[in-house]
Amino acid sequence: MEIHTQKEANATVVAITGRLDAVTAPEYEKAVNELIAGGEIAFVIDFGSLDYISSAGLRGLLVTAKQLKGKGGQVRCANVKGTVKEVFDISGFGTIFQMDDTVAAALANIS
Amino acid sequence: MVSDKIQCGATVENLHLVTGFVEACADRSALETKKKFGLLVAVEEAFVNICTYAYPGGEGEVELACGGDSDTFVLEIADNGSPFDVLSLPAPDTALDIMEREIGGLGVCLIRKLTDDASYRRENGRNILRLVLKRDVK
Repeated sequence: MEIHTQKEANATVVAITGRLDAVTAPEYEKAVNELIAGGEIAFVIDFGSLDYISSAGLRGLLVTAKQLKGKGGQVRCANVKGTVKEVFDISGFGTIFQMDDTVAAALANIS
Repeated sequence: MVSDKIQCGATVENLHLVTGFVEACADRSALETKKKFGLLVAVEEAFVNICTYAYPGGEGEVELACGGDSDTFVLEIADNGSPFDVLSLPAPDTALDIMEREIGGLGVCLIRKLTDDASYRRENGRNILRLVLKRDVK
C-alpha cells in the first residue's frame, strides 16, 4: 500500500494505492492520525487506485472517521469502485460514508 | 480432490503469504477475476480471525488447501485451536450510523456473501472452514 496526501484549499486528499488490509490498515490509520494531530479536519479519501479492502481496512476507515466526527470534522470517499465497492456495499459502509464519484466532486461537497 | 497446500504460523504478518498462495491457486485454475477477488477477501477474514482467536496465549499453525473441479473452486482453511465455528457468529447490524457502528462480525458477513458456500466442520482435532466458489457456466 502507498499513501499520497495532497493539501487542497478546503481539505486534504488522501490517495490510497494497492491493498488496505489487516497488514496495511495500521499504516493508513497512522498517516491520517498524524494529519488530524496537525489540525486537519476535512478529508477526501481517494480509492481510485485501491485494488482491495477487507474488514480490517474498513475498521481503519471507521476509526479515523469517528475521530473526525468527534472534532466536528468530515470525511468523504471518492472513486469507490469494483470489488472495493462490493465490500463497502455488503458491509453497509456505502451508506454510512459520504460517497462521491470523483475527487473534484468530493471537494466541492466539503462543507 | 487434487489440491495445493501451504502451512504457516498463525500471525497476521503471514497474510500476504497466504493471499499470494490462494491467488496463485485461483489463477492456475482459471477462476474468474471477480470471484477471485471476493475469495481473497473471504480468505483474509478467515485467516485473521484464526490469528486473533484460535491460539490464545500461544503460537499455532494454519493450513490452507486449494482444489476443486471443473464446476467449483474449493479452499479449506484449518487450525488446531479450540473448537470454534466462525460461521456461528451473529451478523452485524449494517444499518447503524457511523458513530454506533462496530466492526465485529463483519468478517463473517463478508465470508458468507463473497463465497457461494461456506461450511464448518471439526475433524481430527482441527477446525476446518470450507469455502466454495462456483465457476461461471460457459
